[in-house]
Amino acid sequence: MATQSIERVVHARETTATDQMKRKFTNSGIFAILLVLTILWLTPLAWALDTALKPESETTIFPLTWLSSHFTLQAFASTLSTSDLPRWYFNSILTSVVISLVTVVLASMAAYAFSRIPFRGRGVLFWIILAGIMIPGQVLIVPLFALMQSFGFVDTYQGIILPQIASPFAVFIFKQFFDGIPRDYDEAALMDGASRLRVYWQVLIPLARPAVATVAILTFVAAWNNFIWPFIVITDTKMMTIPVGLATVQTSYGIRYAQIMASALLGGLPAVIIFLFFQRQIVEGLAGGLKE
Amino acid sequence: MSLSQQQVAQAREQAQRVPRMKGTLRWRNELVGFGFVLPFLIAYALFLLWPVLLGLRMSLYNWNLAGGGTSAFLGLGNYQELFADANFWSALWHTILFTVLSTPFLVILALALALLINRTIPAKWLFRLAFFAPFVLPVTVVVLIWQWLFTPGFGLINSTLTAIGLPTVNWLTDPHVAMISVVVVTIWWTVGVNFLLYLAGLQQIPQDMYEAAAIDGAGAWSQILRITIPLLGRITTLIVILQVIASLQVFSQIYLLTTGGPDFVTRPVIQYIYETGFSSYRVGFASAASYVLFVLILVVTAGQFTLLQRQQRRGA
Repeated sequence: MATQSIERVVHARETTATDQMKRKFTNSGIFAILLVLTILWLTPLAWALDTALKPESETTIFPLTWLSSHFTLQAFASTLSTSDLPRWYFNSILTSVVISLVTVVLASMAAYAFSRIPFRGRGVLFWIILAGIMIPGQVLIVPLFALMQSFGFVDTYQGIILPQIASPFAVFIFKQFFDGIPRDYDEAALMDGASRLRVYWQVLIPLARPAVATVAILTFVAAWNNFIWPFIVITDTKMMTIPVGLATVQTSYGIRYAQIMASALLGGLPAVIIFLFFQRQIVEGLAGGLKE
Repeated sequence: MSLSQQQVAQAREQAQRVPRMKGTLRWRNELVGFGFVLPFLIAYALFLLWPVLLGLRMSLYNWNLAGGGTSAFLGLGNYQELFADANFWSALWHTILFTVLSTPFLVILALALALLINRTIPAKWLFRLAFFAPFVLPVTVVVLIWQWLFTPGFGLINSTLTAIGLPTVNWLTDPHVAMISVVVVTIWWTVGVNFLLYLAGLQQIPQDMYEAAAIDGAGAWSQILRITIPLLGRITTLIVILQVIASLQVFSQIYLLTTGGPDFVTRPVIQYIYETGFSSYRVGFASAASYVLFVLILVVTAGQFTLLQRQQRRGA
């Protein structure tokens, strides 16, 4: 048996030269396939940018060309000065920031109790909250709207924010993370006379910074991109968020494609910047959600 | 914050002296623990649980948005009317068709991309960025860009088709093509998430499994078939579950691309709910439709989770 495996290793060695050639060949093949797919994937964005940089009169020339007699930022400038886009930016930033802050605080507090404080009904409560992950959000729009209407929150920031702050998934992520932190840290602080609130805020939250970042960023991007809920609860143009507001530009601009593409790119920019900055947290957050 | 060994030891010592005050400590724990959960619980009850119950109640009444309340108790009347409505069934069919058409691509393409990129190739980050970037765009941005690409006549896609001598296609207005266009846009927009999840899954496969297989003479292709894909089984099930849940709730991209047209051939259930609830103001009836979709999604999810558990037991 030993000789057999040695033979195998020898056999494997012998083939490495041709293997390496083969691998090089397949690797460059894979690279070529990927390159084609990547170009295909980026074409819509590149074309949007190209259109936005053309003078309006050149966007519908036939035959189409990627070139232009003079590229210009005119479309971006007139979008920012004539549309409500700056106001929509403000609305989107305000609501998304508040939503992610409140989500982090509410979910991490609850998770702290579920992870550290023994109290009656803890197990049952945790399961009730976890079951909430199964509730499909889009299905609730009708009763949620009726509820917001009875509160008088239609066309208000509260109306956009409140239905997006209770995230069972965030509780789950924080609970997982807290469970992984050794109890020695916070128990020692407790014995030194620190209150539970101080332990939560000054011991566990700093230690759970990666979880805070993950939840905050994922919540922010989800809130920023949420279309259906603001679309339903907001009718006043001044109160719209970017995704909802942008849906109205097509009709208001008529067929001014450069301007439409400029506003689309401006609307998508913040999310792309956030992704570029927090790539690692987003990827790890998504992957972490899969583990259990 | 770091604590010295001594402090920890001291704390342990003190902890052993605690039993004397166990009674009050217990009582305090009850109160403090519940206090920490309470803020979340209030938001959760108000904006998640309460709408679920309110929706059920509304679905039994001839509920009206303007009147702001219960007008006439109908029992199961809304549901009877719903099940007799051909428009509801066709909307449900469009949602299911969308799910069936898009899910295989969103799973298999994501896996293929992850497998290709997981090999040692230069500029990995660039490829990762290219395929994931569309996912972080708001749906409206995605739709504005694709409507421009799909434009009849001088849109990029049709111009390209004309340039190479092919007939043009009315991507969004031809009833035979509109759903395919919607699926194409959805794949472009969302395949990046599944792709990232697969990449994360691939990184968890221990490298020595491949080495052992290579020594046994297994080629790259059979390594993928015999090692990688079976080991990604659990992640695949999870991705399919998440994908199906999301697809059954499809609304935004269809509504913005085609408004459910042409001639309602792409209208999904959520749009049916939206239109009966917010255009016809029949919120009781719309709640009934919501509940049918809700139950459908729960049943599908529960079924898939059972499958997942069976898979895990087999794996363990």
